Amino acid sequence: MNTPSQPAQPLPDLKDNKMTGSTTEGVAATTAPGASANFGGMSARSDAELNASRISIRNLDFYYGANKALKHINFEIPDRQVTGMIGPSGCGKSTLLRVLNRMYSLYPDQRATGEVLMDGQNMLDEDVDVNGLRAKIGMVFQKPTPFPMTIYENIAFGVRLHEKLNKAQMDERVEWALTRAALWVEAKDRINTSAMGLSGGQQQRLCIARTIAVKPDVILFDEPTSALDPLSTLKIEELIDELKRDFTICIVTHNMQQAARCADQVAFFYLGELIEVSPAAQMFTAPRHPKTQEYITGRFG
Amino acid sequence: MPQDQSEHIVKSYDEQLKRLRELVVRMGGLAERQLADAAAALVRRDAEMAGSIIGRDSEIDALEHEIEAFCVRLLALRQPVAQDLRFIIACLKVAHNLERIGDYARNAAKRTIVLATQPHVGSMNGFQWLARLVQQNLKDAIDALVNNDAAAAERVWAADAPVDDIYNGIFREMLTHMMEDARNITAATHMMFIAKNFERIGDHATNIAETVHYAVIGDTLPDDRPKSDASAYAVVRPPTA
Repeated sequence: MNTPSQPAQPLPDLKDNKMTGSTTEGVAATTAPGASANFGGMSARSDAELNASRISIRNLDFYYGANKALKHINFEIPDRQVTGMIGPSGCGKSTLLRVLNRMYSLYPDQRATGEVLMDGQNMLDEDVDVNGLRAKIGMVFQKPTPFPMTIYENIAFGVRLHEKLNKAQMDERVEWALTRAALWVEAKDRINTSAMGLSGGQQQRLCIARTIAVKPDVILFDEPTSALDPLSTLKIEELIDELKRDFTICIVTHNMQQAARCADQVAFFYLGELIEVSPAAQMFTAPRHPKTQEYITGRFG
Repeated sequence: MPQDQSEHIVKSYDEQLKRLRELVVRMGGLAERQLADAAAALVRRDAEMAGSIIGRDSEIDALEHEIEAFCVRLLALRQPVAQDLRFIIACLKVAHNLERIGDYARNAAKRTIVLATQPHVGSMNGFQWLARLVQQNLKDAIDALVNNDAAAAERVWAADAPVDDIYNGIFREMLTHMMEDARNITAATHMMFIAKNFERIGDHATNIAETVHYAVIGDTLPDDRPKSDASAYAVVRPPTA
């Protein structure tokens, strides 16, 4: 079980490694959802075509005190695609997300060994600037967590920590982030009112806007729709499909259909081990590992 | 190599899949019987038996509709994945194959009614042999589905060549009879079509085997199945050229 199957590496790098839309102010604002050239992501997902690796996880072990929560994890997170992480409660999938942006280092008795390589650097190294890292790897949580401020301030707050922008630039950035998060049309007339007045789905999209406003490379979603109704859920999924053109995305979800709908690659965890990593279409039609099959078909005993 | 079929957490799901399996097995049994009866009616020149085969075809058609509706319901309500998804899709396809098999058996029966009024042409040995082989393949294919047995499915898939060989033999024999005496043409033509019907049933049995293989393993068999139907190129020279 320690050697999860993964498609042979390296896979062809289909795109260059520079981000496109998100580095150009205002440009992305004109991009309508569904205008993507790859038929709404279907072509990217129809077969085993995964992009080159953005994050490489090597021999990762993770401990909550003496309890080993992740055991010898090895896999690749492809660039500008969606990696879904599934598995029963306590399998380690959320723990892995917390490792990816060093969330765990807030707690003294939690530690990780091994490597999480991004741009040639091990993110677990002591000398990595954690704040810089978290600007590069953003995270969206299960429950919408807007700050008790105006919609505008919710977004501007994080940007100010990392960049010095004048008023016009900041306005532009807020509009850009809200547009990318598919919230601009709904929020533009109430941008200086409290974010707490938004609906749950809108709040979650605000949190996504807040995350992308600092222009990260990677966005981590920890069950982003488990508190939302089905239509808000679909809006978030559509958004994820849209965002993956510019961002590398990891999503932890208990909803297997959601992983099937959103993800290009799916990783299945069980008891702290990575059992299988497969392209989503393969995972849900013909998984390679019997344990995966048992889990996704609802036969876990 | 029957696969492990551990149970779903939701029991009613297991019951529905079991019911689907039973429906397909019942339909398979009906199709097998139609084929066996069609062969028997042909050999015995029994028009009455042929008539009852034609009457029973609607049962198979009705079962196909029932299976189809049941599969669509399962897909919509259970959103199956992996082995469950493959099994349900397989049942959908197998039901379609069985419906075609029923049609071929019915067509053979119709021609048998005509044949009963015609003079004897040639021997029935080839037909009996052909029907027996095809019946065995059909039965094995359905059993493979019931037992989730990919190896058995693969054996059926590879066992179609003898069927084609016998069919080619009958084809040439019938051409020869027609050339010998033009009065044989009506009977020989019908017999040729009956042989073709049996041969096509064999092809559907291999299709079922392919489908079962996919359902169990999750992988498709290669395109180049061993075949030897050469009748498309067959020519028989006139006896005294």
